[in-house]
Amino acid sequence: MKIQLDQEKCVVSGQCLLAAPEVFDQRDEDGIAFLLTESPGADTVAEVRHAAAVCPVLAITLED
Amino acid sequence: MTIQEFPMARAAGCPFDPPPALHELQREAPLTRVRLANGTTPWLVTRYAEQRALLSDPRISADVRHPGFPAGASVDRHRVSIGFVLMDDPEHSRLRRTVTAPFAVKRVEAMRPLVQSIVDGLIDEMLDGPRPVDLVQAFALPVPSLVICELLGVPYTDHDFFQDNSKHLVNRNASPAERREAFQIFNAYLDDLIGAKTAAPTDDLLSQLAARIEAGELARAEAAGIATLLLIAGHETTANMIALGTLALLENPDQLTLLRETDDPKLIAGAVNELLRYLNIPHGGRRRVALADIEIAGELIRAGEGIIMANDIGNRDPSVFTDPDTLDLTRDARGHLAFGFGAHQCLGQPLARMELQVVYGTLYRRIPSLRLATSIDRIPFKHDGSVYGVYELPVTW
Ligand code: HEM
Ligand code: SF4
Repeated sequence: MKIQLDQEKCVVSGQCLLAAPEVFDQRDEDGIAFLLTESPGADTVAEVRHAAAVCPVLAITLED
Repeated sequence: MTIQEFPMARAAGCPFDPPPALHELQREAPLTRVRLANGTTPWLVTRYAEQRALLSDPRISADVRHPGFPAGASVDRHRVSIGFVLMDDPEHSRLRRTVTAPFAVKRVEAMRPLVQSIVDGLIDEMLDGPRPVDLVQAFALPVPSLVICELLGVPYTDHDFFQDNSKHLVNRNASPAERREAFQIFNAYLDDLIGAKTAAPTDDLLSQLAARIEAGELARAEAAGIATLLLIAGHETTANMIALGTLALLENPDQLTLLRETDDPKLIAGAVNELLRYLNIPHGGRRRVALADIEIAGELIRAGEGIIMANDIGNRDPSVFTDPDTLDLTRDARGHLAFGFGAHQCLGQPLARMELQVVYGTLYRRIPSLRLATSIDRIPFKHDGSVYGVYELPVTW
């Protein structure tokens, strides 16, 4: 799986980081989310899917 | 088919459930027209999937000045000029991003010890004071008030003024004019304080706003408006979750026992999400207006028509949450819509969650025999306000 994150859309809800802290983090200066990895391991796939589902601005897209 | 009036009344004896009429409308269709007090007939969206789809659709606007905006009693027009909550992108995003940094999850986590000491201090005072006590005044309101003081950087010597003035904002007996005055007092106070922080910055949100004014990124009135929005948006909401949440737990003793007997942060975090889902206190609905024709669920919402997303009933959608009318602290309720959805989704949500985790994780453990000092039918509920809750909660132990 490959993840894309559109930082232009991000509204700093923090939801992705809560769902999958191994994969998402937030910038110090403004809290905008960024990816710690673009290709998460098999053990975090469910969490990443959840993150994409709860992102309020649909900024997270997944490719299988 | 006759068009129903909105908002609708809750059923007597079911203070935690959305109005029965909303359940019926949801069963019939994902969206339908309703009539507001001003005679207009906007769309009411009752199902979860359609609420999410519309709230994240860039073709809807939160601009209350738009003629088609479904304003009701619960939309406070005096708040129009403040902050960014009733603005659209790109203006909304420009202003929101000036204050996002302190709401990042890790920054909020760093405030947890401070929130814990505020909560413990208030419980100490309650335990030393007379019984029964009104939990709203003694605990539910002071918690968010003191937390927001810390976040903004309100000097300690002004905390009493701050709390007194907050009470006027949420006082049931205050007239709209009195509430507006309390609001303006805060706006003027925060504007002055931003001035003071420009001269002598400290490590807090108001000083960061002051620095942005100096850098030419924000006008002073914009900065004061944002500070006032943060104060108002986080205050009554969090207080109502504390008091109404406590009442809901007292009425569901098996669920209260779960919380009283755990120190598992996962369970407590899950309990907070479930109480947010179940109570969905912003019960006036998320209000928007369509900027273009939008086809959804076989209906056509025309450009210029108003749309109300009733998240209280969305959070009870049986296709998303099994047995949705049951309070079950162990369910996975993370997908709830109590903080809204889309670009305006609550900015303060990490802070609100953390505050509620500390409160629900502490109050019932420290006062295990906490109980109502009256019967539930005597509790005054906020049926009229845009945020649901209780005006008073007499408790004893
Ligand atoms: C449990 C407590 C809370 C609840 C239930 C809640 C709920 C909401 C909801 C539903 C919205 C969306 C409004 C819309 O879409 O029209 C919102 C927006 C907002 N909330 Fe909260 N909130 C809470 C606590 C807080 C706190 C503690 C703060 C800050 C200290 C805060 C700051 C904001 C701000 C600034 C907005 C506007 C966001 C925007 O327009 O971009 N909230 N809140
Ligand atoms: S869930 Fe979406 S909006 Fe929220 S922080 Fe992550 S990317 Fe940003």
